[in-house]
Amino acid sequence: MGRGGATTFQQDLQNADCILIEGSNMAECHPVGFQWVMEAKARGAKIIHVDPRFTRTSAMADLHVPIRVGTDIAFLGGLVNYVLSHERYFREYVVNYTNAAVLLREDFRDTEDLEGLFSGYDAEQNRYDPKSWQYEGVKDQVPAVGHKELFAESGAGASDHHPGDEDLNDLVRDETLQNPRCVFQHLKKHFARYTPDVVEGICGIPPEKFQAVAEALCDNSGRERTSALCYAVGWTHHSVGVQYIRTASILQLLLGNIGRPGGGILALRGHASIQGSTDIPTLFDLLPGYLPMPHASHAKDLRAYIDGNQSATGLWNEFPKYIVSLMKAWFGSAATVENQFFFQHLPRLTGNHAHMTTVTDMADGKVDGYFVMGENPSVGSMNGALQRKGLRNVKWLVVRDLALIETAEFWRTAPEVASGEVRPEDIDTEVFFFPAAAHTEKDGSFTNTQRLLQWHHAAVPPPGDARSELHFMFHLGRRLKAHYAKSSAERDQGIRALTWDYPTHEAWDEPSADAVLAEINGFHTADHSPLSSFAELKDDGSTAAGCWIYTGVRADGVNQAARRKPGREQTWVAPDWGWAWPANRRILYNRASADPEGKPWSERKRYVTWDPETARWVGPDVPDFVVDKAPSYRPKRSDRGLAALSGIDPFILQADGKGWLFAPSGILDGPMPSHYEPQESVVENLLYAQQCNPLRQEYRRKDNRYHRAYQDPDYPFLLTTYRLTEHHTAGGMSRWLSWLSELQPEMFCEISPELAALRGILNGGWVTVSTARAAIECRVLVTQRLAPLKLGKRTVMQIGVPYHWGHSGRTRGGSGNDLLSLVGDPNVSIVETKAFTANIVAGRHSAQRRLAVHASGEEDARDPRRDLPVIRNLAPFPMQVPKKED
Amino acid sequence: MGQKGFFTDTTLCIGCKACEVACKQWNQLPEDGFAFTGMSYDNTGQLGASTWRHVAFIERPVPTPEKDTTLPAFRWLMESDVCKHCQRAGCLEACPTGAIIRTEFDTVYVQPDVCNGCGYCISACPFGVIDRREEDGRAWKCTLCYDRIGEDMTPACAKACPTESIQYGDLEALHGRAEQRLAALHALGVTDAYLYGKDAQSQPGTGGLNAFFLLLEKPEVYNLPPYPVVPTVFGNESWRSAGVAAVGAMGIALAAVLFGRSQRG
Repeated sequence: MGRGGATTFQQDLQNADCILIEGSNMAECHPVGFQWVMEAKARGAKIIHVDPRFTRTSAMADLHVPIRVGTDIAFLGGLVNYVLSHERYFREYVVNYTNAAVLLREDFRDTEDLEGLFSGYDAEQNRYDPKSWQYEGVKDQVPAVGHKELFAESGAGASDHHPGDEDLNDLVRDETLQNPRCVFQHLKKHFARYTPDVVEGICGIPPEKFQAVAEALCDNSGRERTSALCYAVGWTHHSVGVQYIRTASILQLLLGNIGRPGGGILALRGHASIQGSTDIPTLFDLLPGYLPMPHASHAKDLRAYIDGNQSATGLWNEFPKYIVSLMKAWFGSAATVENQFFFQHLPRLTGNHAHMTTVTDMADGKVDGYFVMGENPSVGSMNGALQRKGLRNVKWLVVRDLALIETAEFWRTAPEVASGEVRPEDIDTEVFFFPAAAHTEKDGSFTNTQRLLQWHHAAVPPPGDARSELHFMFHLGRRLKAHYAKSSAERDQGIRALTWDYPTHEAWDEPSADAVLAEINGFHTADHSPLSSFAELKDDGSTAAGCWIYTGVRADGVNQAARRKPGREQTWVAPDWGWAWPANRRILYNRASADPEGKPWSERKRYVTWDPETARWVGPDVPDFVVDKAPSYRPKRSDRGLAALSGIDPFILQADGKGWLFAPSGILDGPMPSHYEPQESVVENLLYAQQCNPLRQEYRRKDNRYHRAYQDPDYPFLLTTYRLTEHHTAGGMSRWLSWLSELQPEMFCEISPELAALRGILNGGWVTVSTARAAIECRVLVTQRLAPLKLGKRTVMQIGVPYHWGHSGRTRGGSGNDLLSLVGDPNVSIVETKAFTANIVAGRHSAQRRLAVHASGEEDARDPRRDLPVIRNLAPFPMQVPKKED
Repeated sequence: MGQKGFFTDTTLCIGCKACEVACKQWNQLPEDGFAFTGMSYDNTGQLGASTWRHVAFIERPVPTPEKDTTLPAFRWLMESDVCKHCQRAGCLEACPTGAIIRTEFDTVYVQPDVCNGCGYCISACPFGVIDRREEDGRAWKCTLCYDRIGEDMTPACAKACPTESIQYGDLEALHGRAEQRLAALHALGVTDAYLYGKDAQSQPGTGGLNAFFLLLEKPEVYNLPPYPVVPTVFGNESWRSAGVAAVGAMGIALAAVLFGRSQRG
């Protein structure tokens, strides 16, 4: 659909007629936002929770549907199939607002034809060439937003591309949706085998239960009604995680629920400002505002970088304005037209530097130093033993946190130190611990789940030496600048030119967070007057903005994020509380809340509509559309940018303005989602010969062993990890507090009475859970809430493991994440934490020793295969680096 | 002023325990032990001197309203328990020092500077709410945030509750809301729902509770007494019995004396 954020906001859930919560334990992990689900329920909405466990969310739901971990695409694909085959889609919405009617090229081949692969698979490089996935009539590729430089698809990063190459004027459409080559028919064919019986065989969901969910969604979608979807990391943390979200998007587009009140897809973020951490990213491959990080071998100069990323049509046509304004914000007067705004001094990518890759590089001694802020990788990251091995092999480590967390204490209290495997005196890492200020002790903003920026003011000064992150980074930067002040080396000119002059206050020189926000918002370089909207940005150096999507947060020089007008004093949309990017829009793509003529689909679901009298879009929200573009507007052939999108194109970031049921580019592992089993499963893939996502990121190493693809005799049970309301992620903010720790005072796991009987385990006793990576001991809750599932004749047992505990703090215990391996999604390098296999036995872990590991790390020839015979023989990790041009 | 109380609607409780933490924070209560109980997600166990809100988690093998073909019949109940601030408070009536008083808000309050730690109140509470803290020997329980409501602030637990499972307000208004909610639930087919301790009529043993509940199952399921009775209810009866006994004893003694005399005589 185009943007990296939830399409709606939590308060809008109250308008939903049905809410499907899947891949999320919303009541436990977002208890405050869950009040809007309760509000919807009180108004008569049906609440459905699809989850392997019966959680506190399930207890509130009208219907709980247990599902085998790692099979949500099969379930959602089943729903897509149901909607298509029962003709329950919202036809007018689908024809006008999605790419359903567009014809694909003749040479496109589906997974149905190729045993689980799409056409364009390159076995040598283990990647797809998306050429055959294109629309009929497009010469080059349809550009997708984001993620272009690293993977350098042609048409989206390669320097031989020029915006305009992908001329979308000659698309072939069949609005009857009958042509076998149109997206709609391809979708139908692709999901045709996702029948209720297949859903039962894969997910363990009986057909009548599946039917109940399907009917509830269909009955509550259409002109008069809308359904919302909520998900969280239960969907993202998979080796095919991005495709989970894609399947949900397809479903919601078919049902006509995007951009409308009570509809949408709510991406529930893990904790405070996680949305903010991708907007102004802590990710290796993005610059602020989802601009791709330039790649060393492709982005030779600014022109090549822009050519590779600018699209001819849609909002990304404005790309040059965003990148130039960013460089003006960073390099100030040193950035000029002549020196390409200092483009050569932006950081460059040379390959995949995601967290997993970095950690393995650390373990291999390839990394000198490591900053850890607001994170506790020894507990919170997967394969804890490997994480700590990485920490042992850097020269220095900086940890900034509220308490002496495990990551700062890894050399002293880690399990491998306790067991004697590692001796502290053999560790050379120099650890610097900096006490951090809490959010109540510093100014700043949170960007939450719904893209909403909310400002917080320091209530009390931080105690002792505790300082804010802003203080740390600012003074570190000042010292670095002083260090390089006299350098004439070309490579140091970037840091010399960096604008780093925020005013400070307090005795400890706290930099002004408001001044930082002013730079993020942007200003006219001539007089430093604030910008009000990203529409004001220019590509000639006359504007600066640190993050274009946040432009407007300090419109008129006022901190809009600090607005706190009570909800009762404004409309239910509450536009005067905080500030949401982009442009304070609360529901994205809200043009779709009106029909093609601009009238509301129904009075009940009226939101943003076209007012012919004033010739403007009006409603309680900021229209996510050119505000005076009439529904009847149609572009000319030569139009570019937003002008090239018609009055019925609500998805303005896409080059074609449509919601993508089929993604011709931008997604590395296929244009449509397919069910693949997790890296470690208990069964074969029922649908395809290809067992796992062919493009998954594997790290085949002795310290990151994998189990067999399925039916590993040593690890017969499925395991999933999760959080509890009572603790905060890796425990840094909860396990040091008695009031929270006493509520969940010990590490435990959850199993069914059936599994307990099988293994002779008693409720409340001790068990040892093991994988090839680690064995941990913990207490056990034997509960019906973790019911075994029946996949046809076969019964599968699942183990639930919260991951909050570690080896420091007021309450300690085995760390669930120690059990995991590094394996990830190819698109975003997210790790698979939600589905893998393990063993469980009664009793404590003997003498704190790691269990003997059986898996060798190399696949035995007799082991069941993860991949078709042609795959992955030639492409071991590290994954491909784009070929350098001649 | 006026009568204040809590209406705790257990059908809205999501078991987040925010009430427990908010209570401990506002009242600066110490932790009372890191003990894994193995009883669902309830590691608090019970109300006590340092725990004035307690969320009970009850896993029940009973059918849920909808037809459920994969899980066996199953229901997970959550209930945030608290001092009931009884109309007829056993603790108050048993307190020999006058430390326990009825406030201007019709709530029951222990004055820590008066309490001498005798512990009579503990056995007088039919709900097992009030308890003595080992460290200082005094009796403690929920104050219904006496130090907040006087400032027109909502008690910490109700303020923190994200789903309005805990509602605070004028007792009369709460009664109205509770009746409305009950009717709505009945209309939705949740016919098991009922109010616990709303008034003297339904709970004569306590005269009704200022902190009353909406429950889905029998009180025992939530570890609440089905027929709570404050001990002094039996006061008159026991005084009467004692009086009868005393009169009888005196009669016997008198008879013995007279009879003895007549024997000698």
